[in-house]
Amino acid sequence: MKILVAIKQVPDTATQVKIGADAKGIDTAGITWIVSPYDEFAVEEALRIKEKAGQGEVVAVTLGPERAKEALRSCLAMGCDRAIHLNDPAWGGTDTLVTARALAAVVKQEAPQLVLCGRQAIDDDMGATPAQLAEALGWPCAYWIMEEAVAADGQSIRVARQVEGGLEVFDVPLPAVLTCQKGLNEPRYPTLKGIMGAKKKEIKDVKAGDLGLEPGGEQLSVVALEALPPRPPGRIIQGDVPTAVKELVRSLREEAKAI
Amino acid sequence: MAGAFWCVVEDDRSGRPKKVMSEVLGEATRLAGAAEAVWLTDKATDEGLKQLGEWGAVKIWLLEHADLAPYRGEVWVPVLEALVERESPKAIFGPVTSRQREFLARLAARLGVGLAADCVALALEGDRLVATRPVYAGKLLSKVAWAKTPWVATLRPNVFRPADAQAGRTASVERPALTLPAARMKLVERREEVSTGLPELTEAEIVLSGGRGMKGPENYVILEELGGVIGAAVGASRAAVDAGWRPHRFQIGQTGRTISPKLYMGFGVSGAIQHLAGMRTSKVIVAVNKDPEAPIFKIADYGIVADLFEVVPHLTQEFKKLLEK
Repeated sequence: MKILVAIKQVPDTATQVKIGADAKGIDTAGITWIVSPYDEFAVEEALRIKEKAGQGEVVAVTLGPERAKEALRSCLAMGCDRAIHLNDPAWGGTDTLVTARALAAVVKQEAPQLVLCGRQAIDDDMGATPAQLAEALGWPCAYWIMEEAVAADGQSIRVARQVEGGLEVFDVPLPAVLTCQKGLNEPRYPTLKGIMGAKKKEIKDVKAGDLGLEPGGEQLSVVALEALPPRPPGRIIQGDVPTAVKELVRSLREEAKAI
Repeated sequence: MAGAFWCVVEDDRSGRPKKVMSEVLGEATRLAGAAEAVWLTDKATDEGLKQLGEWGAVKIWLLEHADLAPYRGEVWVPVLEALVERESPKAIFGPVTSRQREFLARLAARLGVGLAADCVALALEGDRLVATRPVYAGKLLSKVAWAKTPWVATLRPNVFRPADAQAGRTASVERPALTLPAARMKLVERREEVSTGLPELTEAEIVLSGGRGMKGPENYVILEELGGVIGAAVGASRAAVDAGWRPHRFQIGQTGRTISPKLYMGFGVSGAIQHLAGMRTSKVIVAVNKDPEAPIFKIADYGIVADLFEVVPHLTQEFKKLLEK
């Protein structure tokens, strides 16, 4: 089975993010970049499906600037077979819809039976691209999967989707788009051999024109990026435990009106 | 009504809208003067329809069909698209839930319009809508605007002011003719989670969270007891989930659930950036930790530096006394 995994390079959560000069994006100086954590669950699951079947191909794809190649290289080091980099300044200020359309064009060229994505990227937390990709392709889609099993005939996949209050198990005919999340698996670390091998694997650069796409068409734009309003300073309640607890409950009731 | 603000109903799967709908309807009414509900369901109850009216829906578009449950995007999207084409609403809002995050993204793509997910504020500026959403683990706020209508957005629970409910207020109900595509996804089974008897994490007005300081899975009992007294959900930090003390569905933070309760109380939670990403928009934050240097104290409104195992039983007793009054 051929599986395409769509990933995104994002700032490490622990890294400082500062608002950039145009106040619409972040200042990228000094940022540590990582593969978005949810995407690692998608890469891991794709590799497991391939290993279980004993055959197949896992292709990592991303849309992003030149530095996003490092993220693809990490996926190759984990074990993906090759990678595609949608690397074109035309996609500079893209929204989820433009990203989804670009990914859909790649999917049409590559014709995988399955597309796996992370549940959301941890930079903009929009979580919309996988659904919009499925829509652009006209494929079924299941979000937040916690289990999967490809049917013996390779024509469908059984997935357990997390919903409020439980799991819903579906048989989904392939091809389909699925989003992966924590609890599905434990992503592997790249081995030294994997890291060395990744250097020899192909990362293909693709421009918008190669996919027959025109630049533009964004439907949502950032007006401004702002710092969080500061929280009012807090208070450490002193005293022995019974006294402090009494004072906390009183404060929650009378000052904060939270109870 | 052309130019209407639509609110897609999240229900409890037994014909009643969830409480979060009063927030979505309240915000749509505040922005537009009136809100309409759109309910895709296999079974609406009269009680549910009445509830939506009392929460301020002036009209309910009832899209009722056995095949609309369980939620499948491939079925819901064409059904609502047909109604959008006919009625041209100006905005389509839904609460942040697992299905609406997917559904409204997919619907926006079908309509060729933008989607703003997980909004914490909405404001009309002239003839455009500007949405505010937390980004970068909640460290920054992004203000976004749409190129055209309908403005499609999901709203974070517990953030928006609920509608002032008016008993006896009713909505007109319209049942458009439906044409459903055949579903390719087939439901095999539904596995219900064992109910804790406490509210759901993402909906609860009060959330208690136990971190590494809880020391073991058996100790969550004391938080559940406190939760039972004040009607709170009980969650956990990543450290506690990764240690196997709580199932993943209880995890608050970056790779878990994002919550915005009225009151968050962290017990033995250090306040790692990944945890803050999931709870920093809580209205009031309380931290109880033995370590005075724990980062959570930096964002807490109230802190107690003490052993949680001493504090929690006292808290339970104090709240019991308070609520018995």
